[in-house]
Amino acid sequence: MHELSIIASLFDILLEKAKEQNAKKIVRVVLKVGRLSGAIPDFLESSFDIYKKDTLAEEATLEVTAVPLKVRCAPCGTETIKDDYIFVCPACGSTDLKIVEGTELLLEKIELEV
Amino acid sequence: MNKVVKKEITVLEDILGSNKKIASEIRKKLEERGILTINLMSSPGAGKTTLLEAIAERLKPHSRMAVVEGDIETERDAERIRAKGIPAWQITTGGACHLEAKMLAKIFPQIPETLDFLFIENVGNLVCPASYDLGENLRCVLLSSPEGDDKPKKYPKAFISSHCLIITKADLVPLVPFDPEKAKKEALELNPKLKVFVVSALTGAGVDDLVEYFRSELLKLKKADA
Repeated sequence: MHELSIIASLFDILLEKAKEQNAKKIVRVVLKVGRLSGAIPDFLESSFDIYKKDTLAEEATLEVTAVPLKVRCAPCGTETIKDDYIFVCPACGSTDLKIVEGTELLLEKIELEV
Repeated sequence: MNKVVKKEITVLEDILGSNKKIASEIRKKLEERGILTINLMSSPGAGKTTLLEAIAERLKPHSRMAVVEGDIETERDAERIRAKGIPAWQITTGGACHLEAKMLAKIFPQIPETLDFLFIENVGNLVCPASYDLGENLRCVLLSSPEGDDKPKKYPKAFISSHCLIITKADLVPLVPFDPEKAKKEALELNPKLKVFVVSALTGAGVDDLVEYFRSELLKLKKADA
């Protein structure tokens, strides 16, 4: 449960961006959260609601887009969504897989009132 | 009356980017000094400190090591390491469930320039520490036999993001329902590149092999640096 730490880091970025744009308010925040990011969307949402009080984001809504874990096989190039966490390529059996998506913890976009 | 204007901006910024930046700076400085940094992660009570004591006994005669201890409260772990004649610093997080690179950056000036190994013992937790790069070269996850052999898939990130799995308390294997082969198989399904060691800090079994692995990784680092 380190979502509050993540939200604290998020607010560092949010408030900086809002200042750059001379924004009066932050109205919407959109995140991309990978299955293997280590963060849980529900906890991010509740942490966001605690943290936003008395900030420019007081009335902001948080939208979290969950990103599944996607891997690419190095030898054959097959891309697979991994739900079972078994890192074997279903096409060729190789274990030489690279994660291409699903570890991200991204601030995708924000909507501001300027 | 002022008109309300809404504006959407695309950011695409890593929320933990500032942690990664600090961690990269720490890693660069330590590598320049030829120091191999090892981040130990596990649930509480898996035997991180006891393993470090056993490692210290083996490394101390030939190498210089230091330890950064992370805990929520108390100096206890750092005191145990200091009792072995090893410099140790305690970071107490005051409640936080993991170490972050900025916490390490604070004590960084105290870390001696001439070292071979810097061990970071993370806060006991198999979940949150996995999300925070501390500038380590090697990440090791510990799994003790009493915890059960079904843990890797329950806590995948810790095992996927590690270089090495250390199964600890091997001396208890005959007494508890734990199959080291099953634990190994689960962990390797998650991360086929994991190096696996089975050790008992109490009897010393397997600890020499682990220390040898750390030494060979240090050699690789020094060669890459040269």
